[in-house]
Amino acid sequence: MATAAMKEEEKAVTEERDLEVKKGRKLQVSALKSGTVIDHLTQGTAPRTLQLLDLDRGATVLLGVNLPSGKQGFKDLIKIEGRELTQEEINKVALLSPKATLSIIRDYEVVRKIQPNAPDSVEGLIRCVNPSCVSQDPLVRTHFYTERKDPLKLRCFYCERSFDKDEIDFI
Amino acid sequence: MIQPFAGRDFISMRDFDRGQVEDLLARCRQFEGTSKPLLNGRVLGSLFFEPSTRTRLSFESAMKRLGGQTLGFTDAATSSTEKGESLWDTIRVVEGYCDIIVIRHPAEGSARLAAEATTRPVINGGDGSNQHPTQTLLDLYTIEKRAGRLHDLKIAFVGDLKYGRTVHSLIKSLCLFPNEFYMVYPPSLGLPSYFLEDLQEQGIQSTDFENVEDLPEDLDILYLTRIQRERFPDPIEYERVRNSYQLTPDSVKRFSDKLTILHPLPRTTELDPDLDSHPGTAYFDQAHNGVVVRKTLLALLLGAG
Repeated sequence: MATAAMKEEEKAVTEERDLEVKKGRKLQVSALKSGTVIDHLTQGTAPRTLQLLDLDRGATVLLGVNLPSGKQGFKDLIKIEGRELTQEEINKVALLSPKATLSIIRDYEVVRKIQPNAPDSVEGLIRCVNPSCVSQDPLVRTHFYTERKDPLKLRCFYCERSFDKDEIDFI
Repeated sequence: MIQPFAGRDFISMRDFDRGQVEDLLARCRQFEGTSKPLLNGRVLGSLFFEPSTRTRLSFESAMKRLGGQTLGFTDAATSSTEKGESLWDTIRVVEGYCDIIVIRHPAEGSARLAAEATTRPVINGGDGSNQHPTQTLLDLYTIEKRAGRLHDLKIAFVGDLKYGRTVHSLIKSLCLFPNEFYMVYPPSLGLPSYFLEDLQEQGIQSTDFENVEDLPEDLDILYLTRIQRERFPDPIEYERVRNSYQLTPDSVKRFSDKLTILHPLPRTTELDPDLDSHPGTAYFDQAHNGVVVRKTLLALLLGAG
C-alpha cells in the first residue's frame, strides 16, 4: 500500500514535469550518434514495442517512459544506438502507437523523419483472440490483415475474427 | 470461355462479392436437373473430422451424379489425426489421392489452413462456429427459388445466433442485398459482439426480439436454427435455453401466405413435425438443394462447369 510520503513524492515529480512542459523544456536523454529515435509512443507501450522489434541482445537501447509531452500529456520514447530500423520494423511500431514518429540519426543529425504506417498484414507476432482458432496450434504461424489503420482493426486470416489494438496479445 | 472459379477454393462467403454470388446462383440454376458425366475420372477427398449427414452425403451424391468418385473418412478417430498427425500433413498426403478436397473440422480457420497446404481446390464444409459457405449458398438458392429474389425481403433469424455458423454466413451474404432483418434469440444467444460491430460498420441494422410472436405478419423468410448442445461450454446454460423456441402450425398462423420457413437441419424440438405439411415449409427442399449447389461448385472449381 502506498504511504502518504510516497504519494507526496509522486505528486512532486508530476508537478515538476508539468513545470518543465510549461517552460518548453524537455527531459534530457543522452544524444544519439547514429541510429533510430522512436518518439511519441503511446504511454506505457515502450517495453512492448521493444519486444515487438525483436532487437539483438547486444543492442544499446535507451528507454524513456512516462515523459511529459505537450501533444499527448505523457509519452514513451526509445533510442536505438547504431541501428536504422527497416520500413517493416517501423510499421510494426504503429500497431501499438499510431501517432509515433521516427527519426533516423547519423552523426548526431536527423537525416530522415518517418511517420509509421500500420502494416497491411502481421505474421507470427501476435496471437489470435479466438481460443478456437486453428492458429492456436503452435505449429501454425499466425497471420492477420489490417482491415482499418486508425483506429487499428485486425482480422485473423484463418478464423476471420476481428479485434482492435487493445486486444493485441504478442506471442 | 473464362472460368473465374476454376482452381479456386471455396472457404468463406467473405471472399465473394454480390456479383459473384449472383453468378454462382445463376450457374446453380443451369445445373438443375443436369447429370452429365462432367467429372468422370475425378476424385473428391471428403475429410470429415466432425459428424455430418447432409453436407457429407450431398457432396458424395453431387460427385457421383457427375460421374466422379469419392474417398475419405467420416470421423477423426479413423484418420491419422488420432496418431497425432497435423492437419497440414493430412492435407499434403490426401492431395496425392484426389483432385479436390472438402473438409469439415472443429477448429475455426481450418479450411483456410488446408487451402494453404495444397494446390488442389479446397471447399469448406464447416469450420467450428465460423463459416459454412456451401450451406449459405444453398440457403440463398432456396430463398431465391421461393421468394423469386434476394432483395427487399423481411427476414427473421430465430434461435442460436451466437454459435450458429450457418446464421453468421447467411446474414453476411444477405447483407450484400437491401433487406430488412429481424433477430429473435434468448438473452444469452444473440449475435457475437465482434459480428455486430462488423454489421454496424457496414451500416446494417436489425430489429431484435425475444419472441417469435413479435415478428411482423408480412414476414417473407423465417430462418430457424437448432440450439446446438455441442457448442455450449456450459451444459447448464444449454438446458436453460434448449426449448426457447418451438414452432408449430398454430404459432405460424398469424403470418401471411408468402412466409417461407427454413431450417438447416437437423432439428430437435424447435420444429413441430406437424409443420412439415405447411405450405410455407421449405426445409426439406433446402436440404435437397444441397446437391445441385454442390454439383455446381465441384464442376466450377474443377474447371468442368
